[in-house]
Amino acid sequence: MLLGKNFQILEKTVLAPHIFSMWIQAPDIARKFEPGQFLIVRLNEVGERIPLTIVDADVGGGRVLLLVQVVGRSTTEMSRLNAGDTILDVVGPLGLGIHVEKMSGKVVCVGGGIGIAPLYPKAKALKNAGNHIVSILGARTRDLLMLEQEMRSISDECIVCTDDGTYGRKALVTEPLREVLERGEEVSEVIAIGPPIMMKFVCRTTAPFPTKTWVSLNPIMIDGTGMCGGCRVTSNGNVRFACVDGPVFEGQGIDWDEMLSRLQTFSDQEQEAQNHICRVRNQ
Amino acid sequence: MSETQVKKGREKTAVPMPEQKAEDRVRNFQEVPYGYTEEQAIREARRCYLCVKDKARCIPDCPVSINIPKFIGEIAQGDFPAAIRTVMHDNLLPAICGRVCPQEEQCQLHCLAGVKGEAIFIGRLERFIADWYARQPNQEPAQSPASGAAKVAIIGSGPAGLTCAADLARLGYDVTIFEALHEPGGVLTYGIPEFRLPKAIIRREVENITRLGVKFYMNAIVGKLFTIRELMEEQGFEAVFIGTGAGLPIIVDLPGKNLKGVYTANEFLTRINLMKAYLFPEFPTPLKIGKHIAVMGGGNVAMDAARTALRMGAGKVSILYRRTEKEMPARLEEVHHAKEEGVDLQTLVVPVRLLGDSQGNLTAVECRKMELGAPDSSGRPRPVEVPGSEFQLEVDNFVFAIGQGPNPVLSQTTPGLQVDKWGRVVVDQATRATSLPGVYSGGDVIGGATVISAMGDGRVAARSIHQYLQEKGEK
Ligand SMILES: Cc1cc2nc3c(=O)[nH]c(=O)nc-3n(C[C@H](O)[C@H](O)[C@H](O)COP(=O)(O)OP(=O)(O)OC[C@H]3O[C@@H](n4cnc5c(N)ncnc54)[C@H](O)[C@@H]3O)c2cc1C
Ligand SMILES: Cc1cc2nc3c(=O)[nH]c(=O)nc-3n(C[C@H](O)[C@H](O)[C@H](O)COP(=O)(O)OP(=O)(O)OC[C@H]3O[C@@H](n4cnc5c(N)ncnc54)[C@H](O)[C@@H]3O)c2cc1C
Ligand code: SF4
Ligand code: SF4
Ligand code: FES
Repeated sequence: MLLGKNFQILEKTVLAPHIFSMWIQAPDIARKFEPGQFLIVRLNEVGERIPLTIVDADVGGGRVLLLVQVVGRSTTEMSRLNAGDTILDVVGPLGLGIHVEKMSGKVVCVGGGIGIAPLYPKAKALKNAGNHIVSILGARTRDLLMLEQEMRSISDECIVCTDDGTYGRKALVTEPLREVLERGEEVSEVIAIGPPIMMKFVCRTTAPFPTKTWVSLNPIMIDGTGMCGGCRVTSNGNVRFACVDGPVFEGQGIDWDEMLSRLQTFSDQEQEAQNHICRVRNQ
Repeated sequence: MSETQVKKGREKTAVPMPEQKAEDRVRNFQEVPYGYTEEQAIREARRCYLCVKDKARCIPDCPVSINIPKFIGEIAQGDFPAAIRTVMHDNLLPAICGRVCPQEEQCQLHCLAGVKGEAIFIGRLERFIADWYARQPNQEPAQSPASGAAKVAIIGSGPAGLTCAADLARLGYDVTIFEALHEPGGVLTYGIPEFRLPKAIIRREVENITRLGVKFYMNAIVGKLFTIRELMEEQGFEAVFIGTGAGLPIIVDLPGKNLKGVYTANEFLTRINLMKAYLFPEFPTPLKIGKHIAVMGGGNVAMDAARTALRMGAGKVSILYRRTEKEMPARLEEVHHAKEEGVDLQTLVVPVRLLGDSQGNLTAVECRKMELGAPDSSGRPRPVEVPGSEFQLEVDNFVFAIGQGPNPVLSQTTPGLQVDKWGRVVVDQATRATSLPGVYSGGDVIGGATVISAMGDGRVAARSIHQYLQEKGEK
């Protein structure tokens, strides 16, 4: 008898042209979930293993929420699935949950693009622990801003900006972040999740201030159990495996250039894989 | 067989096993040796002296003590059903062991026939009989545990876990294997390449174990999804076997170790074996292989990585090993196959630095030459660096294949589980009991390094678990 296979999609919502969310039936994972953790899905017999953050867990309903941005072959294939379909393999919860406690100062939560999805469960847990939350949300354009209502509902202050000025302030997230830090109020922690380049610049912005900066890294992964070493990042000069030692790390110690470079390892083949399904679909 | 040989008695040299030609096989992932035909197997079996069981020099060197003269005698007489029964009495996975056991250092090492001629090829005969059996229609009815049978949890579906599970199922227990990955088999599935151990064989063995009533719970990382305590206190498992293997890659602290194009053997082999990157783009997991690949190490893992790289289309593959060929820990057959296929063995060489371009791509490895010095604690000559002997090799990929440590996920989440300074689970040598009551362990996670020793551990642990549960039941 084979257990632990075929996970049902309970609900699917398209949030933006290339962004969708899914509730997946996974009662054991839901029960164990801590904010900060992720899972790895493999859609079908030939599928790749792709890591996705657990955005929310509903223990009573035995389900977990994922929010996915379509960027390549596997996420494209996933976007074609609907409620009632199944995903062959889902493994998790992986990685370490974040440390949640009531801090003396404010907590600034910075989310960029799809990064708002993994930011949300952490911000929510910190809010529930009694913290004062300042959220700074950024997106390229208005349509790509997601979870705004959810984030607002758990924030004491929420600043929204877009790169093109179609909504909120026309700015990059680092601009309001610097302003908040310069107000002189105590900021205990900054949590920043978004494209690696955004997290790199957030760390630069916070460096002169006496606050801790946490980031959630998204290197390429396979097993998610610390077995392959593909997800390695350099943190304070040491090799760390993001799947077991992370994915959340103290941002100042991260070697960002190496991290950004390693993400490009398979870019040619990723393009080829994407073309492959386009060809298969067009036949 | 010539007249004279028959008169003089037994053939002195082993019956060769036909195999794919080197120039063909480097272009495919099919198995290298074809296996003996019935006639070849009978001929090889007839070379055996069929030593009496207590005196046979081969049996003590087999970690699971197969009654070797008995099964070889049965093959010699063409009684294949009897031969497979004899083998399976002690070894559940003969098709696998016959292929990957280091026989030349185990059962074949002291074989009597080896004194005056070539040792009997016990492994090839074992493989033959297992493959013969696989072709027979499966008549074994599927079983399921009796209701109320005690529940046992097995963590990890490598050879240690599979063996322990099968033995316990045969004893009537209700057994569930928890496996972190999406496919069972452990290293047999994600590490050892298809051309050495076809995955169909593993699937078949897993199928047989399923027929014994063993349940497989896939995608379940114990320590994350469930803890051992939860399994025992909330889910009613009365005993646990830990067979989580050695899934922690060792990365040498060389400058440039994180450049693009630098892999651990685990990543390299997992992408290809488990995720089937050799069938890219049908299977979407990519692997980037350049023209020249260097592999650091000298064991089976290094040979597997090197031979796999050739099949993935690398123009040139160099193995960098710090001692000489004589000290290489890899099986002789693997070194031999690798050389035949054109792998470039660079011995007495150690990588000191990896160099990259401005985009972070690996471009070269700098090495230093070594000399052999006085023997070290392992008895092997210690390699010493030759000052000023640095040289560079232009390479596109570099693979670390220098060993692995135990994966810490489980031990870190299991309070009270005693591990040594390398993170290996500490067990009682006689019973494989860990520091936690009802919890047993075996295989690479306790320091093993071969498939057969993992299976041996699984078997001993199954016996201990049976005894433990019987005693517990009597109380
Ligand atoms: C811990 C973690 C959490 C993540 N959470 C989310 C999330 O909640 N929502 C979301 O949309 N995305 C998330 N991602 C990113 C997501 O895993 C990738 O977008 C996805 O794997 C891309 O697959 P693809 O085949 O569609 O694209 P591809 O064409 O394969 O790749 C497109 C991009 O994704 C990156 N990528 C490719 N394969 C992997 C892989 N196996 N692991 C990590 N990155 C990869 C590549 O570097 C490339 O930049 C997360 C990644 C990590 C590591
Ligand atoms: C490339 C390579 C080639 C080799 N060649 C040979 C050879 O030719 N001959 C030979 O005898 N030996 C060889 N070996 C060694 C041999 O494969 C191992 O000794 C053997 O597989 C160990 O068996 P095991 O059952 O202890 O663990 P493994 O085979 O490592 O299996 C452990 C399993 O446990 C799972 N697991 C780990 N942690 C958890 C957890 N927390 N929860 C659930 N599941 C978990 C893993 O995913 C894995 O499937 C080779 C090894 C490698 C890497
Ligand atoms: S199991 Fe291994 S050691 Fe034992 S007889 Fe078979 S090949 Fe030899
Ligand atoms: S020692 Fe050699 S000759 Fe004797 S029984 Fe074993 S295999 Fe046969
Ligand atoms: S994904 Fe393999 S070690 Fe992290």
